[in-house]
Amino acid sequence: MKLNDAVFGALFLILAIAVVIASRAFPAIPGQQIGPGAFPTLVASILAVCSLLLIARGLRSGQRWFEGGAWLRSPRHMLRFAAVVGALLFYLSAAQTLGFIITGMLLMTGLLRAFGVRWMTTLLTAVAATLLIHSIFYKMLKVPLPWGVLQGVAW
Amino acid sequence: MDAYLLALKLVFDPYVLMVIAASALYGLVVGCIPGLTATMATALLVPVTFFMPPVPAIAAIVTASAMAIFSGDIPGALLRIPGTPASAAYTDEAYAMTLKGQAGIALGADVIMTMVPNRPPITENTSPAPMLAEVALKFSSFEYFWMVVLGLAGAVFIGSDSILKAVMSLMLGLLIACVGMENPAGLPRFTFGNNELASGISLIPMMVGMFAVSEILRYAADTAPEMKTKVAQVGNVFKGMWELTKRYKWGILRGSAFGTVIGIQPGSGADMASWMSYAMSKRFSKEPEKFGTGHVEGIIESGAANNSSLAGAWIPAVVFGIPGDSITAIAIGVLYMKGMNPGPTIFVNNPQDIYAVFLVFVLANLIMLPFGWAMIKTARKVLQISRSILMPTILLFCIVGSFAINNSVFGVVLILCFGLLAYLLEENGFPTAPAILGVVLGQMLEENFVTSMIKSDYSIAPFFSRPIAGGLAALTFLILFWPLLSWAWRSRRGAQRLADGTAG
Repeated sequence: MKLNDAVFGALFLILAIAVVIASRAFPAIPGQQIGPGAFPTLVASILAVCSLLLIARGLRSGQRWFEGGAWLRSPRHMLRFAAVVGALLFYLSAAQTLGFIITGMLLMTGLLRAFGVRWMTTLLTAVAATLLIHSIFYKMLKVPLPWGVLQGVAW
Repeated sequence: MDAYLLALKLVFDPYVLMVIAASALYGLVVGCIPGLTATMATALLVPVTFFMPPVPAIAAIVTASAMAIFSGDIPGALLRIPGTPASAAYTDEAYAMTLKGQAGIALGADVIMTMVPNRPPITENTSPAPMLAEVALKFSSFEYFWMVVLGLAGAVFIGSDSILKAVMSLMLGLLIACVGMENPAGLPRFTFGNNELASGISLIPMMVGMFAVSEILRYAADTAPEMKTKVAQVGNVFKGMWELTKRYKWGILRGSAFGTVIGIQPGSGADMASWMSYAMSKRFSKEPEKFGTGHVEGIIESGAANNSSLAGAWIPAVVFGIPGDSITAIAIGVLYMKGMNPGPTIFVNNPQDIYAVFLVFVLANLIMLPFGWAMIKTARKVLQISRSILMPTILLFCIVGSFAINNSVFGVVLILCFGLLAYLLEENGFPTAPAILGVVLGQMLEENFVTSMIKSDYSIAPFFSRPIAGGLAALTFLILFWPLLSWAWRSRRGAQRLADGTAG
């Protein structure tokens, strides 16, 4: 997915201006000329100058405004891309209630199927990988991964 | 001398040795799988090192990255898929040898070359220590400010297709570092009232997102068909290596000296060293017509240059905090997280730590020989693992790794955001390593800047008038304007040649 440099320049310019405006609102420290807004303002100013240069370069280059990669024309690859993002969103929404093990297995199953792996391999990998990662982080590194609905049978 | 003994004791500890062996194995396997880069291997390891003391943590990073880079040459030779941009210089040559049934010689030359040239860093680095210590005692916030700027200036040239875009990526990183209340004023900035953001954006989820999740997204969107994994049998790896080493000794020396010099220069990475070295080898060769048809000479010389420039890049990374590539940028992040801030003061305060790091480097290269040999022998099996099975597993690993840092799902939000951001930025030619370094160094830069300004009564003169600060400032500007100078010089010479051409 390629965008014209001018688009990125404009986005960064907006970010830089927003930072400068937000920095002006920071309260000054009494008796000091250099407040908490000074450093972000300095950085944002450099970013703004670069953004203007990039906009100029983008406009002169004659580059197309939007150039979707080959994957945006292939429904299968769009699904694969969406599956990765979806897997992360699914973990965020389900991990607390379902617990790590169930969430992990469901997430792996969905993702492996989206990548075109056969059912048998999918189920084996999902179960094995989830249990392996769980034992590395929960048992060895003592990370409190959520148990969720499996709380009663926690091991 | 005590520091050396302490360093020995730090490294030859059963736990550290176990970590080195495990990360060597990990690096070799991950590096060998086409499509999994050495950078990704290193980034994935960072959450695990979070739970270790400083020395084993750095040992894990150093070992895994060295192994992954070597291992990346295996699919290069057997399948013609270069593991790193640097090994692309000799991938075609090595593959041509594989087609002739000489895969063993090509890979054997590679293993030997990773061994030979990696020695110099330890001598180069330990000898100036007392002198650096002398200098470090004179350091104040002005000098530290310039040290950080120097590191950032180096970062701009990492993978610099466009210096402008690299600078913008760096500024983005510095702005991300401003989020939270860890600033000299202790004021929550850019937090949007969010409690999680008040403590700042954690570096580890950001690195995992930018280097691993973005890689998974790129794989998902990659329309090229999965490559075939028909792999040739590899013959005896070490047969005839001694003769080759003797025959091409000048090439090896030239390659490794050249690589070290290129590697030490901030920002000019291993890819430049190996491409230039391959060309140089052809230029000086007695039989240049054989190049490109499966001739081992070019592999030897540019392999040597590749590996010694990787080793060379660690010198500015550990001594000054200036990264040579994205792997050293990650390593610098780990050094800061473990309180081993790169810079001359480390030679004063904890010299044993820094010697330990270099000892690990030597050790990693020694075990490369047996481990590398075993890896080449089993490569056929590893290359058959399908990426469609690995990528989901890696994603789950990323999730747990980012959760583990603060035991909060906010880490997962971060890897999602930074994964998408890095994917989009890289698709459009913005390098991501400068952003990482901006986040690593942002807080330190601001602190030293504000402290210096207050000390100097809001005048910028002392930034240049203090002798060491002035010297560092000059060095920074030299690095920043070096491409401009060399471009001007080249275009002048080009114009002159053009003028000569028309005259004659």
